[in-house]
Amino acid sequence: MRRIGIDVGGTNTDAVLIEEGRVVRAVKAPTSEDVTTGILDSLQSLGSTGVLAGRKIDGVMIGTTHFINAVVQRRSLTRVAALRLGMPASASLPPFCDWPEDLAALVRGGVWMVEGGHEYDGRPFMPLDEAAVIGAAEEMKAAGLASVGISAIFSPLDPSHERRAAELVAQVIPEADITCSSDLGRIGLLERENAGLLNAALADLARDTIAAFEKAIADSGVDAPLFITQNDGTVAEAGQARRLPVYSFASGATNSMRGAAYLSGLSDAMVIDVGGTTTDVGQLKHGFPREANSVVKVGGVRTLFRMPDLLSIGLGGGSHVQLDPLKVGPVSVGYRLLKQGIAFGGTQLTTTDIAVASGVLDLGDRKKVAQLDAATCRKVFGEAARMAEEAIDRMKTEAGDVPLIAVGGGAFLIPEKLAGVSQVIHVEHGDCANAVGAAIAQVSGECDQIFKDLSRAEALSAAQGIANDRAVAAGAARASLTTIESEDMPLAYLPGNSVRVRVRVVGDVAPG
Amino acid sequence: MTRRELSLDDIESLAVGAWVLGTGGGGNPYLPLLNMRLLYKQGHRVELMEASDLADDDWVGTVANMGAPLVGQERLTDSMTLARAVLAMERHIGRRFAALMSMEIGGANGVRPFMAAAHLELPVVDSDTMGRAYPELQMTSVAVGGLAGDPVSLVDVRGFESIVHKVPSWKWAERIGRKIVTEYGSVAATCQPPRTGAEVKRWGIHGTTTKAIAIGAAVREAQRRHDDPVEAILSVEPGKLLYKGKAVDVARRATEGFLRGVARFDGLDEFRGSQLTINFQNEWIVAWRDGAPLAMTPDLICVLDSVSGEAVGSETIRYGQRVTVIALPPTPIFLTPKGLEHVGPRAFGYDLDFRSVFSA
Repeated sequence: MRRIGIDVGGTNTDAVLIEEGRVVRAVKAPTSEDVTTGILDSLQSLGSTGVLAGRKIDGVMIGTTHFINAVVQRRSLTRVAALRLGMPASASLPPFCDWPEDLAALVRGGVWMVEGGHEYDGRPFMPLDEAAVIGAAEEMKAAGLASVGISAIFSPLDPSHERRAAELVAQVIPEADITCSSDLGRIGLLERENAGLLNAALADLARDTIAAFEKAIADSGVDAPLFITQNDGTVAEAGQARRLPVYSFASGATNSMRGAAYLSGLSDAMVIDVGGTTTDVGQLKHGFPREANSVVKVGGVRTLFRMPDLLSIGLGGGSHVQLDPLKVGPVSVGYRLLKQGIAFGGTQLTTTDIAVASGVLDLGDRKKVAQLDAATCRKVFGEAARMAEEAIDRMKTEAGDVPLIAVGGGAFLIPEKLAGVSQVIHVEHGDCANAVGAAIAQVSGECDQIFKDLSRAEALSAAQGIANDRAVAAGAARASLTTIESEDMPLAYLPGNSVRVRVRVVGDVAPG
Repeated sequence: MTRRELSLDDIESLAVGAWVLGTGGGGNPYLPLLNMRLLYKQGHRVELMEASDLADDDWVGTVANMGAPLVGQERLTDSMTLARAVLAMERHIGRRFAALMSMEIGGANGVRPFMAAAHLELPVVDSDTMGRAYPELQMTSVAVGGLAGDPVSLVDVRGFESIVHKVPSWKWAERIGRKIVTEYGSVAATCQPPRTGAEVKRWGIHGTTTKAIAIGAAVREAQRRHDDPVEAILSVEPGKLLYKGKAVDVARRATEGFLRGVARFDGLDEFRGSQLTINFQNEWIVAWRDGAPLAMTPDLICVLDSVSGEAVGSETIRYGQRVTVIALPPTPIFLTPKGLEHVGPRAFGYDLDFRSVFSA
């Protein structure tokens, strides 16, 4: 197995080559405005060392914050037609009703609500009003809308109304990009619909970005399929990622945690990822980040995305340091560290200057920070350690000491001993942990739906089968599948032993 | 007559406070809150009034949704459907309501009467019939008071309107009503048996909307100031801190149409080394510390997120969640022998004599 992992970050584009479970080479290149150049540069830099020559590469796995940044920064978004199948229910809370007004104003191309949808047990709630769907599609076409988000009541149980509506819309607008909410999972109409609308809003950006990734790979001469990493530490084939870009939202943080697991060989541990401005603390369970359970807001929009449960604090390698009274962060010089840090001839005291003064880092000019005595440095490191300890304690879910893996460019701030931690592990290539995480990503499949009139074991097994099929459809090798989550919840008040089952499986990417 | 117009900020607080009073059940009030935000944006306003300002012969409509909170997450809650449940009851009894009130202040039903009130331009009485959330219709102050358990109107958004005209007891109202709700798709907007002003004054649990708003406001203010939100609740309510810990196991099962189960916690801070177990039937019913009963219904057992101070529901509590458990005092109506018969530990199948955490 030989894979290239790439992390397109805000400042750097990191690339690593992993061969038979070993990091062969890791490189960094500045991220470029057009994305393509930065990836091309990093691939060429990787190739210049000769490690790629004549070798078959099984996949290029790219992680990017591109899509989430577009939503957070309100740029490159497509106007969307929202079509909800559920009338006469739900009328008082139309699509976009809980979006921040500025984002809704950019994305909301129009709202259509027609009869349709299902009951909790799969019976139709109302027959699908096909004439109304066609009428809506004609109005969308007249309004120049070509990205459509379709949602229906209880579509995770029965997606047939969404699928039929998508066919009807496609007959009227053949070029339409259509997102069905049932492709985005969970029970909870508003949150699922929101995810679908965000996904539809990313349709043009996803097409352009993934084309740019493919071009960069082709231009670099690497002959390998493209995969895009997902929020949950797995990958999707380029085609599926283009169709469902929202699943790639939080992949940066996930990749660094997965990379930490891989580089350390631990699958259950806390991870602290210290960047230039912020530090993320999360917990690995079975080699994957623990997920945030409930509602996750993206750019102010409520969703039910599978996202890692992270705590971010304002501590990093570029954090401002104030000596009296002692204060570290949350303000940071960020990517201007090499200009503004004292060790680099600037005037702003940062955590990196402290590390240079105490000999922890060999960067810049140590003479410029000579006035910082050992006691001062100890005090600042002590404060950084205290901040880390507090964050770790808040994220820990078990009593007793746990191992901690420290990664990221600012990992020098994490000392060898911390309260509540059994062992602090610093790893080689830890500064490229996110690219490593991308390189080792797996494929997942999930099932989350209600079963009735089955025994618990039968329901779990049915859910397992669906999750397995979905993982294989996403590119996994069936033989490598393992279940990493299995949860069942009986439903209060519902008859017939109704049970909601959620199963998630992961597996290695199938070769070829 | 003194009436107070609620601000949208009051309603935001009501949603947070009602969820705390839900004691694990009652459903998250987020969707009703969203409806209220939109209704306020459209220019609707709602008013709160004191039960003491009702005339004895006024009629009051009691508004609630019945069904599975999960179905509500898909169908959402239409404010007009709740209004239709009230209108259906008015047509049935041939009288107009002077005001509306909550059946249960705990959970989403604590906000729903205001959705109907916004359309019908009726005031909402600052009283309810549980002072919290409970899973069954006979677990109300009006049932303890021996008032009639009929008629009940049950309305579905597609145009169904049913009236349970006559039943011999509250338990039958629950049983027949539940059948209709199930056929509708496990959710219905309902108007519970009409009450006179005199009945509300005698048997209502008073000031509960104001209480929920005060609890919610305290939590939200503490969140803004990064203060301890649980302490903030205890500063506005005569409650008692019971425990701090992490959820280590949650077992759930559906029996007889309810979500029953047990949640286990390991202690943190001053509770390190001590185990807490809470049994639930939708709502938190009995809490045991190291095997001995610590708190039980009708005392309110509130499990709160230790960081945000917001309530944690029995359907959503998850492994690893850090919680603080507090008790709040129940309405005195439930502390009478008749009250304990309806909502004491034995009403839920626990062979325990009720002992309040507030009596020690």
